[in-house]
Amino acid sequence: MIAVLALLAGVVLGVYLDPTVPAALQPYLPIAVVAALDAVFGGVRAKLDRIFDDKQFVVSFISNVLVAALIVYLGDQLGVGGQLSTGVVVVLGVRIFGNVAAIRRHLFRA
Amino acid sequence: MSEEHRETGTGWPRPGEPARPSGPAGEPDPRPDAPDPDELSPLAPVEPVEPAPDEVAEPAEREAVPESEPEPGAAAGAGAPSAARRFSSAGAMIAVLLALLGFTLVVQFKTTSTDPTLAATREEDLVRISSDLDSRERRLRQEIELLEESQRQLRSGEQGRQAALEEATRRADELGILAGTLPAVGPGLEVRFSGPAKAVSSTRILDAVQELRGAGAEAMQIQGADGTAARIIASTYFVDGAEGALVVDGRRLTGPFTIMVIGDPATMRTALNIPGGVVASVRDGGGNVTSEDREVVEVSQLHAPIKLDHARPVS
Repeated sequence: MIAVLALLAGVVLGVYLDPTVPAALQPYLPIAVVAALDAVFGGVRAKLDRIFDDKQFVVSFISNVLVAALIVYLGDQLGVGGQLSTGVVVVLGVRIFGNVAAIRRHLFRA
Repeated sequence: MSEEHRETGTGWPRPGEPARPSGPAGEPDPRPDAPDPDELSPLAPVEPVEPAPDEVAEPAEREAVPESEPEPGAAAGAGAPSAARRFSSAGAMIAVLLALLGFTLVVQFKTTSTDPTLAATREEDLVRISSDLDSRERRLRQEIELLEESQRQLRSGEQGRQAALEEATRRADELGILAGTLPAVGPGLEVRFSGPAKAVSSTRILDAVQELRGAGAEAMQIQGADGTAARIIASTYFVDGAEGALVVDGRRLTGPFTIMVIGDPATMRTALNIPGGVVASVRDGGGNVTSEDREVVEVSQLHAPIKLDHARPVS
């Protein structure tokens, strides 16, 4: 409940403050968002599995974001930024799909 | 697939551990790995340090317990109170993180929607877009040149037509003046013939007209005393009528006669006054000829256009 409220608060803040993304962060932000989404879906699934752990969620969230950004950064430095970020998005997307499938099974028994 | 998944899901703690090492590299089977994204172990180096063993053990216990329990909400609540202090701080952390996620999500949405092509694009794409634009610009420039060229051609064609039209109009005007179908104005002479009919006969008038033509007269008209006038053109004829009248192109004119002529006044006057010329012969017959220079002579009498029945232009 608190989590949903916090998410909504963040959305509202983003809508009203209307900040601009600094140029240095622009390549990393989308990947970081996808990584965070992966962590959130994983958290929801764990909650449904009743194995949710606060600390683990926080750590996984932060490390997910950092590692994703780091991979993109490394890729940019190596000159394969585009391909590597595509790879990261694919991997995270597969994980999100798996998590969503599990959540669906929990909610609808199908 | 679903059965597969369910199996791994229930037996999570076991597959979770072996999956950890293979996670970062390829993740051969994402599904067994996926069940516990909290178990972010594949990506997070921090995790294995301390929380991993704890969690692996913890979820296993918890999973075992709640599964038999009827109330899932109570089970979730029962797990947390054991670490009430940790829950509050971690909960706050989760709230902050999720708020941050929502914030960045919206920001990213806005960034990509306000500037979908450029701001979020990486360097090589920008280079490609730039070169695309360059080639597009080249193409458009070529098109502009082509269009300008055709515009020039059309314009010159139009100018040519305009010039031809002006020339034709000028020619038509000249021919109209020569044919007597247009009124004319210009410097010239007003020549007045007076005297007895014998002195001012049609022959004398014709002589005078020929003399004036020879001196460069461009337009002429002859007027009788009563104002009847006739334009003098190439086909004009002069015949002596009854009672000293003069018939010009079928019109009956009575003396004295006035010829309005446009041309160089000096040349024409000289031509009329040469010894043995028009003036001399008229005076010999007892008549008189006076000529006046005029800055502006108006030849306003018109000759009806001749309808050509037989002649056709060659071309």
